[in-house]
Amino acid sequence: MTGSAPEAPLLRIDTLTKTFGGFVALDHINVEIRKGERFGLIGPNGSGKTTLVNCISGALRPNKGAVTFAGENITPLPANQRSHRGIARSFQIPRPFRSMTVLENLMVALDFATHGHLFETASHRRDAAMSILTRIGLAPKAQSATTSLTQVELRKMELARAMATGPKLLISDEAMAGLSTSEVDEVLDLLLSLGGEDIAIIMIEHIMQAVMRFSERVMCLDAGKVIAIGPPSEVMANPRVQEAYLGT
Amino acid sequence: MFSIELLRDAVVLGVLLGCFYAAVSVGLSISFGLLDVPQVAHPAFLVLASYAVYWLNDSYEIDPLLAGLIISPVFFVLGMITYRIYHVTFEKRGSDAGVRGIAFFFGVAFIVEVLIILQFGVDQQSVSASYIGKAWSFGDLRIPVRQLVAFGVALVLTGGLAAYLSKTFMGRAIRAVAQDEEGLRLMGANPVRIKQVAFGIATAVLGLAGALLIIVAPVDPTLDRVYIGRTFCVVVMAGLGSISGTLLASIILGVAESIVLTMFGASWAPAISFTLLLAVLAVRPQGLLGR
Amino acid sequence: MQRSSIVFWLGAAIFLVAMLLMTQFIRNEYPFFAGYVILQYVVLSVAWTILGGYAGYVNFGTNAFFGVGVYTAVLLAQAFSAPLSIQILVAAVMGALLGLGVGLLTLRMRGIFFSIATIAVAIVIETAVTNWRYVGGAAGIQLQRPPVTEPFDSYVKMLFFVQAVLVVVAIVVARFIQNSRMGRGLHALRDDELAAECTGVPTLRLKLMACVISGALMSAGGAPAAMYLQFANPDSAFNLNYSVSVLAMSLIGGTANWIGPVLGAVLLASTQQFLTVTISSEVNVLVLGVMLVLFVVAAPKGIVGLVSRFAGKGKHA
Repeated sequence: MTGSAPEAPLLRIDTLTKTFGGFVALDHINVEIRKGERFGLIGPNGSGKTTLVNCISGALRPNKGAVTFAGENITPLPANQRSHRGIARSFQIPRPFRSMTVLENLMVALDFATHGHLFETASHRRDAAMSILTRIGLAPKAQSATTSLTQVELRKMELARAMATGPKLLISDEAMAGLSTSEVDEVLDLLLSLGGEDIAIIMIEHIMQAVMRFSERVMCLDAGKVIAIGPPSEVMANPRVQEAYLGT
Repeated sequence: MFSIELLRDAVVLGVLLGCFYAAVSVGLSISFGLLDVPQVAHPAFLVLASYAVYWLNDSYEIDPLLAGLIISPVFFVLGMITYRIYHVTFEKRGSDAGVRGIAFFFGVAFIVEVLIILQFGVDQQSVSASYIGKAWSFGDLRIPVRQLVAFGVALVLTGGLAAYLSKTFMGRAIRAVAQDEEGLRLMGANPVRIKQVAFGIATAVLGLAGALLIIVAPVDPTLDRVYIGRTFCVVVMAGLGSISGTLLASIILGVAESIVLTMFGASWAPAISFTLLLAVLAVRPQGLLGR
Repeated sequence: MQRSSIVFWLGAAIFLVAMLLMTQFIRNEYPFFAGYVILQYVVLSVAWTILGGYAGYVNFGTNAFFGVGVYTAVLLAQAFSAPLSIQILVAAVMGALLGLGVGLLTLRMRGIFFSIATIAVAIVIETAVTNWRYVGGAAGIQLQRPPVTEPFDSYVKMLFFVQAVLVVVAIVVARFIQNSRMGRGLHALRDDELAAECTGVPTLRLKLMACVISGALMSAGGAPAAMYLQFANPDSAFNLNYSVSVLAMSLIGGTANWIGPVLGAVLLASTQQFLTVTISSEVNVLVLGVMLVLFVVAAPKGIVGLVSRFAGKGKHA
């Protein structure tokens, strides 16, 4: 959406740098994401995509730079507080709560989504969780153990759990990896339906058709640096991007 | 009265002691530092080794250092078996494995301690050898020969292990599996087998280290408790997985203990390594030369 | 109130009444000596499970909290002739502070560092107490029991009932946490701490709370031991066997539910009493260690897990 009114960005990343010992994972990254934007993030393995996600969601602290969300500097905040402010993510390898059912997984998100008394007992949030599961298509599996889910169901549950926190920014980290073509479409349709004016979505993927269909803008990382950012067709045609992928 | 000579003596003895601590801790540097196994039973195995050395020395008059070498292969096998059990039972499973893994080694440590008590009793035991009981003079400083022996053997042991890890194929494979297990698997190597060998080596080292332990001072079955503090203090201070850091950290610990011992007496000795450990955890948990 | 709650409170009331009646009608002192120890282990194990079972952070330093409870009681008795109830209350506060200190120091790190730090704290405190002459140092200190109050006719019987009350307190607290939002948060962070944190669970805060509550209960459970033994010395008050025993009882009983540590403590403490008297205290510890390893390897969910597997029951109490 090329609007003329410059609304403050939802997420702003300033000169974000993250090193592990001598290895530079992120090198002075600058990017802004608008409210409700559909943003694709691509790059070869090891280019720093998940590290960037970790720095945004709070799993990692950067060495330099700042993360600003809805006008607030969230760099010093722990991950759970960023979740309360509206940042949600799924994990590259799904991390369900293994000893809980699918419904209980979502209940955790709903239990802690708002600040309240820490000692409240269970309540009507069950209904809210069920409605999310219905929307995602996992309602029949609500009482199932997470260990009984198929891969695509696990990915959907991850996204459902992330949605249950009521986010303004959802980060989907390679939710389609390893899935069949029809399963990829399932997840893609799901992500398209989840987004909207209120929820910005960052999609990290290697499946280029999905990225093209989904994104309004795409950013490509390579070795911790931004090598291209813009409309999907432009970025895909960028020779540096093509070289980065073919070169690995 | 506190004097410079006293301080100097304390520092020298502390350095000797420190190198000994390095030999004792280097196995943990591998099993916990590199392989991420919560090997709380490491000091218990150490004490077990020293009792095995005692038995060989007492029953067959075998020199303690030789005895240490003799039992090393046995401890290598012990290490491999222990890792196998740990891996099959805990490393493969998902949640809760961390708690149970730690509890497992805690239980093993206790079983070892009690078995030693049942077999040997609670009293202290020591070994005899030609170099125990003598002392050499360096100017006005008298150092017991057994400390020098321990110092020398410890240096060789630690240096040898460091060389093994950096120069040999298996040694480098061990360091590789610690950094990137997935990558190693993709290259066709079997990370579980490598880790098993590594754990075996880490435990085998305890054979000789146990000999040094009983050479340096008499042992008793509860010695593993204070050595949990010493070994983990060294490994954490060194930074997980750093062998060269282990030597430096051990010397720091040895000197600190020696000075406190000289200034405040022996009743505060057990707490030093633990206090240092807590301080490191609080201030710089990645250690001095972290991975 | 829910039906399970009514059953629970009824059960707790019946338990307390039964314990009280026991003290009134049983003449022989021995059941109360042995019973006190068993009840004490129930308190310690339930308290341990709040952090170890619910959150998955293994506290090896139970002996530190127990010893702090004992010596707080000793200090208050020596310096102020404080009554037992005050000794227990202040011990709980000290245990809470210790839990807070250890927690702040290490709960930001991986579980193994927390566990090692608890050992470290135990030894440091034990060493400090050993060097503290006012409470007797290494040799220890004798304690004088004040006259026993109505309706008890012996001090041991009163201590027995006090521990019974502490058992109920500990279980009420554990059960409350287990069924609360805090309990669900601890459960989530035990399953996957990173996922829990990113799902909005304030993991550090919950861990600290569990550590503080657990510590307070453990020290409270240890406080009456000073009067029970009429003697305290660092070696026995900070004995590592407390750590191993409580760890074993909780893990063998089962950690997801408060019933686990209760079962484990009752079963194992009774066995311990029997073994120590008939065989030896070393064999006692050996059996405990072996059972701990066996259960940890073969029956990860403990006795509670085995029972629910065979009976197909649910987990709620």
